Amino acid sequence: MKIEIKNGRVIDPASGLDRAASVFIANGVIVGVGETAPDGFTAEGVIDASGSIVCPGLIDLSARLREPGFEYKATLESEMAAAAAGGVTRLVCPPDTDPPLDEPGLVEMLKHRARQPGFAHVHPVGALTVGLAGQRLTEMAELAEAGCIAFGQADVSVVDTKVLLRAMQYAATFGFPVWLQAQDAHLARGGVAHDGAIAARLGLAGIPVVAETVALATYLQLAGETGGRLHIRRLSSAAGLELVRAAKAAGLPVTCDITTQHVHLCDRDIGFFDAHARLDPPLRSARDRAALAAGLADGSIDVLCSDHTPVDDDAKQLPFDEAEPGATGLELLLPLTLAWAAAAELPLTTALARITSDPARILGLDKAGCGRLAVGSPADLCVFDPATRFTVSRERLKSQGKNTPFLGRELSGEVRYTLIDGHLAYTAAL
Amino acid sequence: MNLTNPQFNDHGELIHLLSLEGLSRETIHDILDRAVPFTALAECAVKKLPLLRGKSVFNLFFENSTRTRTTFEIAAKRLSADVINLNINTSSAAKGETLLDTVDNLAAMQADMFVVRHASSGAPYLIAQHLAATGRNHIHVVNAGDGSHSHPTQGLLDMYTIRHYKRDFTKLTVALVGDILHSRVARSQLHALVTLGVPEIRLVGPKTLLPAAAARMIEKGPLRVCHDINEGLKGADVVMTLRLQNERMQGALLPSPQEYFKSYGLTPEKLQLAKPDAIVMHPGPMNRGIEIDSAVADGKQAVILPQVTFGIAVRMAVMSMLAGGGQ
Repeated sequence: MKIEIKNGRVIDPASGLDRAASVFIANGVIVGVGETAPDGFTAEGVIDASGSIVCPGLIDLSARLREPGFEYKATLESEMAAAAAGGVTRLVCPPDTDPPLDEPGLVEMLKHRARQPGFAHVHPVGALTVGLAGQRLTEMAELAEAGCIAFGQADVSVVDTKVLLRAMQYAATFGFPVWLQAQDAHLARGGVAHDGAIAARLGLAGIPVVAETVALATYLQLAGETGGRLHIRRLSSAAGLELVRAAKAAGLPVTCDITTQHVHLCDRDIGFFDAHARLDPPLRSARDRAALAAGLADGSIDVLCSDHTPVDDDAKQLPFDEAEPGATGLELLLPLTLAWAAAAELPLTTALARITSDPARILGLDKAGCGRLAVGSPADLCVFDPATRFTVSRERLKSQGKNTPFLGRELSGEVRYTLIDGHLAYTAAL
Repeated sequence: MNLTNPQFNDHGELIHLLSLEGLSRETIHDILDRAVPFTALAECAVKKLPLLRGKSVFNLFFENSTRTRTTFEIAAKRLSADVINLNINTSSAAKGETLLDTVDNLAAMQADMFVVRHASSGAPYLIAQHLAATGRNHIHVVNAGDGSHSHPTQGLLDMYTIRHYKRDFTKLTVALVGDILHSRVARSQLHALVTLGVPEIRLVGPKTLLPAAAARMIEKGPLRVCHDINEGLKGADVVMTLRLQNERMQGALLPSPQEYFKSYGLTPEKLQLAKPDAIVMHPGPMNRGIEIDSAVADGKQAVILPQVTFGIAVRMAVMSMLAGGGQ
């Protein structure tokens, strides 16, 4: 199928391209970007992108699909519909399913289930230790063969630092990146909110910033020791960001991401115990939030992710400390990126890089043309209307998870079309 | 995100008592003024008033507390309400009925008021927000203690006691001594003391029993953290001792009750540093020989038993104000 996407403003962050042009697609691959069609190209389908921006499909570095094990919270079908509606064409899912992704068979099954036309490309992070229990290493080489792009522990810490060192050494042996959330299990134990003035006033048990920095300092030193690639997921504090900056300056192969929640919200948004603001890691202070937003703008933070976590109402409509952490996010990644870019007065090429070309680089897929609009790239594209405002509501969300702290917020960045491998995966209702 | 305070209705009127945060100085004094005639009721032969006649008050205790439940029960009965006591000793995590299912069931039994005690900070807010979202704002919620967050009627009875003995809040130095980190009583007292214009409030305790951001807990509050009890008590008009829970006496927070008593227990010698007419308060139940020496607890500066008596009057004032049809 040959498709021409015409009349749009084409933005390709990887090349810095930002101008009116057409994108020409044949057999699931981009065959041209420009005013005129490649020789011999006759479009069989035309997408009119008037008034819209055409950019690479979004790549989300953290999206829970809840399969296997938590199908009452979400299914592959519901979350793939959400991804397509959000313009997300490629996503990484953490290994904290039930059972965790610690066996090749589980990963193969997930990859197989996700391999359907119109479904986003799924890249599982394999469990670093069996059952995420932090004791025995998984068969990483086998898991990589089954499709894991990295190894990690989701939200669970490896308490035994010797096991962690061994796991990082083993991963480094094969050149597998290790993805970790920096949170010291002991310092975070029992905590539900940032250990600051708000938690003190509300009587909520605190998670101090040192829970992040102590773990981060350990990880960075172990990474230096092993020489492996380290990706810090869901950074939350200004002090944590400083450690990552210093490590990058020292030449360590480390990257990091933050979530859309943490770039927009802080502990004040807990308000009167709003469980929508119960997140992991916790929303930190306004000062931390500002530092993260600045770090994302200057590239110290490589990627903005949604940290999509569908949580059912029964698990959310509980007192704050009993509520399950997490927020739905696939469909808000683009609007919240645009809102951050507008607040930071950043050009769209820079802002969109954080959700397209930068995550592709971290996945090592940039060389395969992913996350960009180059001739030969897979035809994963997002066409969105940057101007029309809409209000986030439960009804609008396609994800089975309806809980997000952004309910009721007015945003822009409505996706009109999503293409995955040249297939039209999503068309907005008029 | 919901940033509206659920204890007020659209007209800014108090419909639930969830916290003393956000209550104006006038509202606090209004509640205390209402309590004054109720204290005289204790002297009368017939101790009942018909203000809540025909109303059903549900004491909804998800966490055990015989004492607080009893004072609420007495207060409601003196106002002629029907009182139903429910002890629900199952956390919602433990596969039982969820908190909101329980609330819906009891609301269907034509409750007029829920008096809620819960181990989770903010649980009464969830109930109030749920009632508002389902159009049942005519059911009032009184927080009888939620986690480490708030115990507003205790805070109010403490203010009643201070006003009774000291009159003017704007000239007082108040010291809170003990486990402030876990204390809902302390948090309620702090909001009220700041609102009522107390110019100096000292938070006294070891670093392990104070929030990391203790001095910033209340915006623009005149809070001062003292780790040295001598410094904390010096020249104080009011000394509020706080209860130390058993499970916190030995472990990672404190080495032993003996060492705690030595460093922070209120003894007659330490009390001498406060003003000669300083009053000593305690929310009860007391751990004698741990946070307070018997000589102080039974001494002439202690107002601990009057606190209990005032507590009933203050709870009557709160209940009649919320559900008494605006008399």
